Amino acid sequence: MSADITARIREDIFAAERAGVFRAVGRALPRIDARAHVSGSTRYYADRSFPGLLHVVMARSERHHALIGGIDLSAAEAVKGVVRILTHKDVPNNWYTILKLIGMGPDEEPVLAEDRVLYRGEPVAAVLAETADAAREAAGKVRIAYEDLPAVLDIEAAMLTDASAIKPHGSNLFIYDGRDHFHVHCGDTEAAFCEVEHILEHSYQSSPIEHAPVETTGAIAVPEPNGRYSIHSNTQAAFFTLDNAALILGVPFRHLRVIGGTVGGGFGGKVDVIVEPIAVLGAMRTGRPVKYAFSREEEMQVSSPRAAERIRIKDGVMADGRIIARDVRILVDAGAYSRHSPYGTIKAAAHMPGPYTVPNVTINAWCVYTNRTPSSAMRGFGVTIGDFAVEVQMDRIARLLGRDPFELRLQNAYRDGEMKPHRKKVEGAALVEVVQAAAERIGHSLPPEYRAMSSSRKG
Amino acid sequence: MTRLRGRGISAVNYPTGMNLGGDPSQALIHATTTGNFVVTLSSVDLGQGLRTIMTQIAAEVLGVPPESVIIDTADTDTGPHCMGTFASRATHRIGNAIIMAATEARNALLDVAGEELEVAAADLETDGDGRIAVKGVPGKSISVLDAALAAHFKYGRTISGRGIYLKPRSYPDFETGAMDPDSCQAHACTIAEVEVDTETGEVRVLKLTSAYEIGRALNPMMVEQQIVGGSWMGMSHALYETTEPYYPDRAHGPVDFAEYLMPGPADIPQYDAVILERPSASGPFGAKGIGEMTANSPIPAIANAIFDACGVRIDELPITPEKLLRALDAAAVAPRR
Repeated sequence: MSADITARIREDIFAAERAGVFRAVGRALPRIDARAHVSGSTRYYADRSFPGLLHVVMARSERHHALIGGIDLSAAEAVKGVVRILTHKDVPNNWYTILKLIGMGPDEEPVLAEDRVLYRGEPVAAVLAETADAAREAAGKVRIAYEDLPAVLDIEAAMLTDASAIKPHGSNLFIYDGRDHFHVHCGDTEAAFCEVEHILEHSYQSSPIEHAPVETTGAIAVPEPNGRYSIHSNTQAAFFTLDNAALILGVPFRHLRVIGGTVGGGFGGKVDVIVEPIAVLGAMRTGRPVKYAFSREEEMQVSSPRAAERIRIKDGVMADGRIIARDVRILVDAGAYSRHSPYGTIKAAAHMPGPYTVPNVTINAWCVYTNRTPSSAMRGFGVTIGDFAVEVQMDRIARLLGRDPFELRLQNAYRDGEMKPHRKKVEGAALVEVVQAAAERIGHSLPPEYRAMSSSRKG
Repeated sequence: MTRLRGRGISAVNYPTGMNLGGDPSQALIHATTTGNFVVTLSSVDLGQGLRTIMTQIAAEVLGVPPESVIIDTADTDTGPHCMGTFASRATHRIGNAIIMAATEARNALLDVAGEELEVAAADLETDGDGRIAVKGVPGKSISVLDAALAAHFKYGRTISGRGIYLKPRSYPDFETGAMDPDSCQAHACTIAEVEVDTETGEVRVLKLTSAYEIGRALNPMMVEQQIVGGSWMGMSHALYETTEPYYPDRAHGPVDFAEYLMPGPADIPQYDAVILERPSASGPFGAKGIGEMTANSPIPAIANAIFDACGVRIDELPITPEKLLRALDAAAVAPRR
């Protein structure tokens, strides 16, 4: 691999801070596993073969929101090659929540649906069969009797006080310490809005986005002679998978072993623990190795996407370009279950107001449940859509004032020693320097006072 | 047909590590009898190059060639705990754990080398190429191989180390939102140049120029690859991707790559990037996480460039030809804001 694609390091910027002599660090070493990856010889979990392997295909809800009147497995069980069909009655601890181990409860998601389904695609019955084809055919023959309930699909509608509550706690909002949203503030935003020259208020919206890994989410669970179960998985977090699977299955943690570490693309999509508990349960009930891997369709429509977010930003701007007030309202569409969304919603609130120092800030962030595929972690979790909103808003401010967009950002950039709205002091800031370096890179000249700015001193 | 060009910028920051902390990772290191070093982890390489970065960090601290470091990872029976590969945390958390483990192992190695050379361990230095030498005394040295052999077969000692890194959990104040969410912040500024076809609504991204500040580029080539890959993903988020094209309506959800569109080879823009290093106090050699953020800055830069090109704002992602054409039609009949 040639070194000519190595990005240029601006050694002249932060020169004193970055000084140091290194031998291994800073070298453009090619990836250790690059040759195996590009030649197709890397072994992923699915490249392992086990005699007697069974395949799981899930029978899923066809409704957005419905009561389940009954599940008829007779036609599915009659399919040649079907070995076992698992329902919620087979799952030792059917109710769980993924962040249980870091105390973000309550248990609110069933591994397999019980008396109701909250989204189209929700797992209801897991078919184990000798071949994937037989499992697929049988899953299509699981008959689920539904009694439809009103579906809540719009986050704004879900927040209305008279909205039908889809969650057992009687609200469509995650509860943070007794509050229906997460809140951050500093200064006095309302008072500041009375002093400003301009007020800009705009809303931004995203739709769910798929991780689109080349390798879909999957695992193979193998019963071992010593009574344990090995889980060959493409999880992004081996112990997270082990611990949650053991809790769901009601087995001692020592009974499980996760073997992984080589993943064909994650992007956050393999942080939820979805396939492993079912695969191990199947292995426990049949005594055989069990593979549960998402089809491409499941990966796209059932596996957690990036949450849709709706973000409204109201800014108070002085005539000289200083933003002195920013009020941010964040709605995160969690879908039907929490997964990592309550965590991501706090991260979204912690990120505001972006890389700028604004003295008066109010942030309110709601984690909203709707009758859609649960959203969860994805690259840039809690931040990606917020950056879109903040940076389009900054462009609007620059145009309103007739300002250079580089200069407006430099003027408002956060610097060392300033205070974030969540009351953490800024250290190691470098927004000023990246804006200057990017402008220089495209030959955009900045006035001397902007070129002289620095993150580490006011000027 | 009219093709209009525009330019847009964005500036962003991104936190390193799991929000609010509380996410430890561990590393164990031991030398083989022949002077190689096995770094045992339970961490997952997603294809981003975790094994390579961890090799470089271990080699740097141990003072040995990267070729003599073996990464053994992601078996929960053998590897110590790792919270996982997400939240731009792997380089920072696991890297710090490796520094701690490698420091202990290095000290054990130098103790043995000191006994063999009959000098104090403090007087020794490693050349990073397989030898341990007495500072300022040319020719007085021992190979890492011989030191390891002596440790095992002469002194009956292990050359090993244990490491863990934890940013203690921060518990937010729910009244004010006061909290300590991150370990450090990386930074980026991206400039997008686009061409909008006002007849088809198609947007072509011509060039993405970025400056990234990431603390320390532990492997500059892999940093560049993250920037290129992330730029592609950001462009794809801005213009192409969603599982619910008419959100919140659940209809028309794509189920394969024929329906779920992403940029192909012909859609790839020109990339250009510079890297800045402002080492963070908490990062391994100052490094911050760059994994996630490279997809973020291109999105608003492209959105702003589209406005610059054709004068309409699309505030809903993705900015599809359908949305753009509808907005251009609306702008044609309404006075421009």
